[in-house]
Amino acid sequence: MSINKSIPKVDGIGLVTGKPAYTDDLAPTDSLIVKVLRSPYAYAKIKNINTENALKVKGIEIILTHKNVPDKMYTRAGQSAPEPSPYDKKILDEYVRYIGDEVAVVAGINEEVVDKAIKKIRVDYEVFNPVLDYESAIGNKTRVHDPDLGTVKFDIGRDASKNIAASYRMEIGDVEKEFNVSDYYYEDVYYTQAQAHLASEPHASYAYLDLQDRLNIVTSTQTPFHVRRIVGQTLDIPLSKIRVFKPRIGGGYGGKQFIHGEFFVSLVTLRTKKPSKLIFSRKEVFSASNTRHPMRVKIRIGAMKDGMINSLEMKILSNTGAYGEHSLTVLMVAGSKTLPLYNKVNAVKFSGDVVYTNTTPAGAYRGYGAIQGNFALESAIDEMASLLKMDPIEFRRKNMINEGETSKIFEVMGEGTEGTAQIIESCKLQQCISEVKERIDWDRKYPKIDVDENTVRSVGLAIAMQGSGIPFIDMGSAIIKLNDDGFFNLLVGATDLGTGSDTVLAQIAAEVLEVDTSKIIVYSSDTDLTPYDVGAYASSTTYVSGKSVYLTAKKMLDEMKERAKEILKVEDVEYSKGIFKSNDKEISLKEFSNEMYYGEDMKQLVASESYYGVKSPPPYMACACEVEINKNTGKLKVINCVASVDCGVTLNPNLAKIQVEGALVQGLGMALYEHAERSENGNLYNNTYLNYGAPTKMEIGKLDVSFVESYEPSGPFGAKSVGEIGIDTPPAVISNAIKNAFGVRMKKLPITPERIWESINNKK
Amino acid sequence: MIPIVLNVNDVDYEIMIKPGEMLLETLRKIGFTSVKKGCDTGSCGVCSILLNGKVIPSCSYFTSKVQEKKVITIDGVEQKAREIGKFLLAEGVDQCGFCSPGLIMSIIAMENELKEFSEYNIKHYLVGNLCRCTGYEGQIRAIKKYLEVS
Repeated sequence: MSINKSIPKVDGIGLVTGKPAYTDDLAPTDSLIVKVLRSPYAYAKIKNINTENALKVKGIEIILTHKNVPDKMYTRAGQSAPEPSPYDKKILDEYVRYIGDEVAVVAGINEEVVDKAIKKIRVDYEVFNPVLDYESAIGNKTRVHDPDLGTVKFDIGRDASKNIAASYRMEIGDVEKEFNVSDYYYEDVYYTQAQAHLASEPHASYAYLDLQDRLNIVTSTQTPFHVRRIVGQTLDIPLSKIRVFKPRIGGGYGGKQFIHGEFFVSLVTLRTKKPSKLIFSRKEVFSASNTRHPMRVKIRIGAMKDGMINSLEMKILSNTGAYGEHSLTVLMVAGSKTLPLYNKVNAVKFSGDVVYTNTTPAGAYRGYGAIQGNFALESAIDEMASLLKMDPIEFRRKNMINEGETSKIFEVMGEGTEGTAQIIESCKLQQCISEVKERIDWDRKYPKIDVDENTVRSVGLAIAMQGSGIPFIDMGSAIIKLNDDGFFNLLVGATDLGTGSDTVLAQIAAEVLEVDTSKIIVYSSDTDLTPYDVGAYASSTTYVSGKSVYLTAKKMLDEMKERAKEILKVEDVEYSKGIFKSNDKEISLKEFSNEMYYGEDMKQLVASESYYGVKSPPPYMACACEVEINKNTGKLKVINCVASVDCGVTLNPNLAKIQVEGALVQGLGMALYEHAERSENGNLYNNTYLNYGAPTKMEIGKLDVSFVESYEPSGPFGAKSVGEIGIDTPPAVISNAIKNAFGVRMKKLPITPERIWESINNKK
Repeated sequence: MIPIVLNVNDVDYEIMIKPGEMLLETLRKIGFTSVKKGCDTGSCGVCSILLNGKVIPSCSYFTSKVQEKKVITIDGVEQKAREIGKFLLAEGVDQCGFCSPGLIMSIIAMENELKEFSEYNIKHYLVGNLCRCTGYEGQIRAIKKYLEVS
């Protein structure tokens, strides 16, 4: 009834017509304006900070510095407790560790006075030599963090004396032994860059005290419950005194799985008793929030003459910047969400270090390591196919994972912890490849077509996998309440970032309750009013939160049937499409609900269930691009990008499709254009839309996204996740296409015209 | 502070502005939160409004220059916005929605300005309305359906 239907987003019409919806739209008009004075140095100690003159500016209410805020370490990563990220950040610190790090926080009655006061703050810095090049971070004379400070909740391989935020190593079988007997061997090193999230809505939060003197934080966050916990434990406030809720969110992509301004508005409001708001400028979003972890990925593959891969190794150096948010987990996902694709190996090894540097911190970002690992792995697979003189698609088909199979990696590697063994019950990767091959006309276009003497058209392909939530860690829950007139409230802690998850969750409830989706009124996500949910990340909402909604709706249905039996005075009752029936007696849902609230035996019906995954079924996809390259300039145009995805049953095909299309273009941006670059002194300088260069409507040619349906038995109505998978393939696809055009391998992102031109010309 | 009369959606607002105040700030201050703030550099399009019928980024336009001119925000074209909005919703490209009001204002201006709605013309006209959620393809599908072009 509701499932597998492209129902429009329930909040869509209000959003597109500009109704007040986002944090800054809702902030009280008398909010104090909060702004941050940021470090001009990549690494320095604040010897002295004088706010005396600044405080004299009329209208200034409070200035926070490291001297007057709680001196406590925490992590800004919005993850479940105990977090796998190091507690290495203070609310404000006497050390500043990157250009953009917070020095002081100023709150006043309007922007003008705050700007004026910020200029009057005098800071004496002792400037240190920063570590900017992450490849020289380990063992560098400069230590980004004092080895005696900072804590971890469990062993994550942190060694601040060597600038290591986290490290990990695992080996299944003996890779060296296998490499020694391989008939063919390939190794190389790939580099990925810092990418900006570029959510349209800048980071925003405001705070106020309610009538019970509780701290209310309204924030554009993917993780309201984590924000409540982190703010409470760091400021020593009982969680009962804090409410966090997110209004609509103007895009996240992982960037809002992170504490941004929440501490500052909280402290300003707690101390002044006045509402306050902090809205990041776009430059701050670029320079002083977080980026994707840049990585150096060394990949080694051994294969036998018969075309079987016998050994795989991935070794990574990842740059977490000044603080270690998501450092261990992003590293691990680079291996755990790529290497199981080739599950027939005899040995596989994954290791890596995540290092501190004095650059803008890295954090969660759609793909979460998988895109970095995929670039190296899927490029290397093409290289190995070419050594074997095999068709790269046939090579993949021979070696890749299929339905009913498993990979030992699932059991060994989780996210920050051990993994969870699982048999893959839904995988239509073989069909995805066939679909892509046909739609792009691969056999005719592979490897290339010379258009004229200057122009080549070529194709490249890659495959990918992701996960659906983190088993035994990600938890979602729901409450369903029946109302008179026969409609339901669905309260969820899941956090719709604009993906349409509110709508998809309503569809799940509507399907179980056999009512129209319009009869399900969704509300998300508010720590006072909605049940717990870890939040929107790790591709978990449809699969984990969705399952909790499914279970809750089932429970509501059971309860309604029990009550209907009493009302109809029968032993058994059937329910179908809004009618309870027993032999010749029946009662409609509307009559039934009115009976609940106005009848003889009145009762409020409420049901609640929660769910945590016990496995993480991967969605799979294949993607191919046709590109046109000008040999003289290196300019590359994506003519057509074809993707075929297996995300189980698509609960809302339109919304699933847009998840993939949007992710593909974000991935193509990473492959071709985007790079948050820093100058020699460590300044992230391309910090505006104008010079950052994300794709517009003009860059990308055609997108052609389709789905090959599978049925995931553990998911709600057969669904797996779809939020992240789409971003993973473009870098390798583009690199493979260029190899097919010119025989050169692009190993560094972004693959700019200059780099293409250089590679072609150096080859000659 | 400078007193000015600002005509927004056919209503005159007698207000005080600061020297150098940008139209986006003024509009949000007097309650038009439908006009979003995204980039501060006139490059993302979320603050698009119509000024005498032409689409402009309100974050990069001095309020003082708007006297005697007519400002239309999406609130002033509610019915039209809903009509276009339905097409965006039908493709699922409303998504986070933060860029949608600006996009709709640009679509309205485009309809008035362009004579021929080829795919290239549409993309070219709307190039300044950035979106990170959709990858644009679905937006183009929706706009073509709305304009009834193939």
